[in-house]
Amino acid sequence: MSNAVSALNGASFEGYVTVTDMGPAGMITLRGDLGSAAIKKAIGMAVPAPLKITSKGENSVAWMSPDELLALCPYEVADETAAKMTKALGKAHSLVANVSDARALIRLEGADVREVLAKLTPADVAAMQPGDLRRSRLAQIPAAFWLTDDETAYVICFRSVAKYTFDLLTTVAAPSSKLAPT
Amino acid sequence: MLLLRCPYCGVDCDETELSPGGEAHLKRFGPGSEDADFEGYLFQRENPKGVHFERWRHANGCGKWFHAARCTVTLEVFGTYSAQLTEPPQDIKDAITAKRPGWHWREFA
Repeated sequence: MSNAVSALNGASFEGYVTVTDMGPAGMITLRGDLGSAAIKKAIGMAVPAPLKITSKGENSVAWMSPDELLALCPYEVADETAAKMTKALGKAHSLVANVSDARALIRLEGADVREVLAKLTPADVAAMQPGDLRRSRLAQIPAAFWLTDDETAYVICFRSVAKYTFDLLTTVAAPSSKLAPT
Repeated sequence: MLLLRCPYCGVDCDETELSPGGEAHLKRFGPGSEDADFEGYLFQRENPKGVHFERWRHANGCGKWFHAARCTVTLEVFGTYSAQLTEPPQDIKDAITAKRPGWHWREFA
């Protein structure tokens, strides 16, 4: 099999916030009744509360909508994990799809990650705490983002707009574009 | 700027995160119906100055459709509710009555 590469191929930018492409990342969309035991069994951890993301080891599960979750895992095991989930769900009315190759994952690091995101989205980023996730928009495109701690944020967008997202983030994270302290 | 709370994910969405879906609570008239009913279903829309009911989709978010009751004059939002309802719930009607006594919209009041 050929080598998987992400749309940005590991690009990185040093501004007042560091923007880094995370390379190929495993992402599995899971739809079904989130209250069911089958879903809990399939993801192998507690179902996240609305607008939250929960992690266990190198796997995470994000709440996407009242009937949709996004499971994050290493790229190499995505197919295998999706197959396991499908099996665990059995006959429960559900859908599992490996969407790893349709998405891009970008990391933001720095004391002002909230400011960088807030410049691009109408979401109330200042009120977001680590573990909170928002699906919203960044400028003209839909994106999901969450904080793992006060200085690290992750952004998921469609692969087709990965370059656009990276350019947006690097523009607003450019050293000269930092907002004056209020 | 219009802010609507999505009743599914509880997010206060900005207008730019939403897609407008036109008037709410349209009753469909399909094949076999009277021409006048079908015309009404296709073309006749309310254009009120005041209380209005609309459909919105949380497009840049959870992707769900929902209903919103708002005032077209002041942009005041009376509430949002599930897209699965065929008429506004009583608490929304009460909220509107409290602010706009004597309101009516199509067959609702």
